[in-house]
Amino acid sequence: MALSDYEPVIGLEVHCQLKTRTKSFCACPVVFGAPPNSAVCPVCLGYPGVLPVLNREMVTLAMRVALATGSEIQERSVFARKNYFYPDLPKGYQISQLDRPLAVGGHVPVRTSGGERPIRLSRIHLEEDAGKLMHEFPWDDVPTGASLVDLNRAGTPLIEIVSEPEIRSGDEAWDYLNRLRRIVRYVDASDGNMEEGSLRCDANVSVRRKGAVPLGTKVEVKNLNSINHVRKAIEHEVERQAGTLDRGGAVVQETRLWHPETGTTRPMRSKEEAMDYRYFPDPDLGTLEVDGEWKQGVAESMPELPDARVARLVLQYGLPLADADTICLSRPLADWFEAAALAHPSNPKGVANWLLSELLSRIGDADRQAGRVPLAPAALARLVARIDDGTISGKIGKELLPLLIDSGKDPDELIREKGLVQVTDEGEIRGVVEGVVGANPQQAAAFRAGKTQALGWFVGQVMKASGGKANPAIVNRLLKERLEQG
Amino acid sequence: MSAVDRLLDGPAADLARAVREREVTAVAVAEKALGRVRAAADRHGSYLWFAEDLALAQAAEVDRLVEHGENFPLAGVPLAVKDNIHVETLPSTAGSKILAGFVAAESATCVRRLVAAGAVVVGKTNCDEFGMGSSNESSAYRPVKNPWDPERVPGGSSGGSAAAVAARSAPLAIGTDTGGSVRQPASLCGLVGWKPTYGRVSRYGLIAFASSLDQAGAFARTVEDAALAFREMAGEDPRDSTSLRTPVPDVLGRMKKGVEGLRVGLLLEAEAEGGLAPDVRKSFEGTAELLRKAGATIVEVSVPRVPMAVPVYYLVATAEASSNLARFDGIRYGARRGDGDLASVYTGTRSAGFGPEVKRRILLGTFALSAGYQDAYYGRAERVRALLRRDFDAAFLKVDAILCPTSPETAFRFGAKTADPLQMYLADVFTVPASLAGLPALSVPSGLSSEGLPIGMQFIGPVDSEPVLFALARSVEEGAGVWTLKPPDAL
Ligand SMILES: [Zn+2]
Repeated sequence: MALSDYEPVIGLEVHCQLKTRTKSFCACPVVFGAPPNSAVCPVCLGYPGVLPVLNREMVTLAMRVALATGSEIQERSVFARKNYFYPDLPKGYQISQLDRPLAVGGHVPVRTSGGERPIRLSRIHLEEDAGKLMHEFPWDDVPTGASLVDLNRAGTPLIEIVSEPEIRSGDEAWDYLNRLRRIVRYVDASDGNMEEGSLRCDANVSVRRKGAVPLGTKVEVKNLNSINHVRKAIEHEVERQAGTLDRGGAVVQETRLWHPETGTTRPMRSKEEAMDYRYFPDPDLGTLEVDGEWKQGVAESMPELPDARVARLVLQYGLPLADADTICLSRPLADWFEAAALAHPSNPKGVANWLLSELLSRIGDADRQAGRVPLAPAALARLVARIDDGTISGKIGKELLPLLIDSGKDPDELIREKGLVQVTDEGEIRGVVEGVVGANPQQAAAFRAGKTQALGWFVGQVMKASGGKANPAIVNRLLKERLEQG
Repeated sequence: MSAVDRLLDGPAADLARAVREREVTAVAVAEKALGRVRAAADRHGSYLWFAEDLALAQAAEVDRLVEHGENFPLAGVPLAVKDNIHVETLPSTAGSKILAGFVAAESATCVRRLVAAGAVVVGKTNCDEFGMGSSNESSAYRPVKNPWDPERVPGGSSGGSAAAVAARSAPLAIGTDTGGSVRQPASLCGLVGWKPTYGRVSRYGLIAFASSLDQAGAFARTVEDAALAFREMAGEDPRDSTSLRTPVPDVLGRMKKGVEGLRVGLLLEAEAEGGLAPDVRKSFEGTAELLRKAGATIVEVSVPRVPMAVPVYYLVATAEASSNLARFDGIRYGARRGDGDLASVYTGTRSAGFGPEVKRRILLGTFALSAGYQDAYYGRAERVRALLRRDFDAAFLKVDAILCPTSPETAFRFGAKTADPLQMYLADVFTVPASLAGLPALSVPSGLSSEGLPIGMQFIGPVDSEPVLFALARSVEEGAGVWTLKPPDAL
């Protein structure tokens, strides 16, 4: 049997760090990259005698993600303790939610070969993060082989977004994660950064014979540190499982780690799998009640969501869907575009083209996400306006761009300074044409003998002689007239 | 005998009045009390840690403010604090070796409130390890002797606090009550002891045993002192999410109005379940008669699921304990054992650090929550607990409070129950129901046995019924008169 005889069944569990100022259950700031154990207190260190107090901002941000995915916020949800021992878990349990999560249902649409398809969510629940173990450190007074514990991250607010097992390929998983990341960023709930760990993903992967109803044995794949790795790991895992079944083997239910350097998954120590977390309701926190007023307040503060914005950009500015989608990659980038488009309302498509082909190519993903375009929206608007009104040619515009970026000057000022205003005066251009044709009688004769390609060569010469400022359309017309005259 | 000595032998209210009226200074009281604390520690093992510096500093502050006209309700009252409740700068070990060397950075909310009312912390009292025990024999340090008979236990788990007040080393002590740990030792030591409606006193600063049951309470020799302590300890705390937001009921005002017209239900299940000692039964009947004479209406009332309370309690409490005690892993604080790999640190620290009763309960609780058994044990226990609450709701349609003995028997001898944990657990038969239902309850001395040992009666009321409970207790106190008696082995 071939790989194509199997259908992959994939569910993703995404942990998303919420952008709160303070931790889930104490007043410690949420920090990244601070000195170890500098953002801790008795509560997040799990000292005896302390109690957790819920950070309401955590719930508010989680509710934004729930509203953005159409997930139904529960009036009453319950915190539960997930019990296990590990040095990065100060209390010996993690405060999470189990039976009664904050939100249930909802969906994230993905693009597939057969069009767009919603991937349903089973739940969104609240939980706190654990700390980190350090196995390498710059201090020489630590015995070799020792591990140190940094609890700055302990208690950081997370949501876990669990999909139904409705994803069918690595590509779909890739799109799902990109869409989800865009949503959590749009609603300002999270940085959504997989490399920095503010977005983490585990994949549950199984395969079954096409047309079969029962699910195959599920394997959990961990250590997926980027969206591309998720795709690669799923593709590898599907192939591995299909291969195992093909050889008459059986897939083992287990947790496997993705090893990016080899491009394979390998089983995790079996000790970890036998864990019994003994969940039970956390008696310190009681029931989390979300009343109508709270929900209403969050709903009213919701920004326009990415899919709605893409649709509006298509409608309002006449952009192709793919362009609108790229521009709506992040809220700041879409904001940038709309500011530029409004500054040059007669040609938003031109503005979009310049943004997509000339500006975005100059910056990396982080800058795109943050809307850090190296030019002010008004500057691009004016540049496009000057091309549209014939003041400069598109070619000059492109040459001007790096200068605009470097100098930060106004395009009009730069055009004037550099003397780049396009020449449209026919008399002036005719003079240059006369000179060029007169100086090259052989090429002129060749043209007249039928070698029409010579026209292009003449255009190049005239443009060069005019310092690139001559209007190319006029040059073309006058050259043709002059050459045909003989 | 000096004036300060006489004050230390009397009620806290009188002592506070004397300090407020500047008949004596809080510092003089503290100095004398600290001496008694040392003596009580030697004689009964009731204290684990002393608070000399802190007590003298707090007393000096009280004196300074009293001079400025501050009207402290507990001015200069020496306060003994159970070792599982944090007091700033003092060790906080919950009677366990695993927390040896741990010093609290800040005081529990209930301690802060009492200190703000003028109380002076004189020491930390011995207790069953992590509050797990009914005799104080499970302290990792030493057992506590009952000042009424040093051959007998003071009860537990707050046995040190009870013995401290009974011996006259401090007129006021606080403890924690998870399943009766204040009420039962109060009963065995001839004191008033209460636990509030769940959530009425903040749990912030209490080393957790079973969070859905734990409440701080107080020991005093008089009902008025006990009520004063309630008034000062109770109140909302933003640092405890389970703290009640409703106004604190006025206990002192209600107390003066007597018991006329109150309906008191004698718990029908008391006789069948408790295996009541004859003297205890006699005192139960005598108390009913006394209340009837004072104007209360006495009826019988049934709380049918009381017989299930002990098994339910030992599933719920141990399940929560297994999780609450997971943090004692030797990684961040406390005594660490083991070397090499992580597993040896965990097993070394916990094997050496926890005593046998704590280990037994962690094992029980871990089992009750484990996959495949959780529904049958923890789950079923929580369901029965909900039904027990309903039983109480039904009973309180008929009566204002329920009366039953606090403990089926008087103080028992050391070792009498240590061989059989189940016998020890059954000592809690009358105290755990109120804990499971989150109801307020108190124990008040109702008489002495033929052996001269104190007997206590318990009142259980609906949520926020503390004013009625203190009024009933006051009536019993007046009638029984036990509070005037000094234990034979007191200081
Ligand atoms: Zn903290």
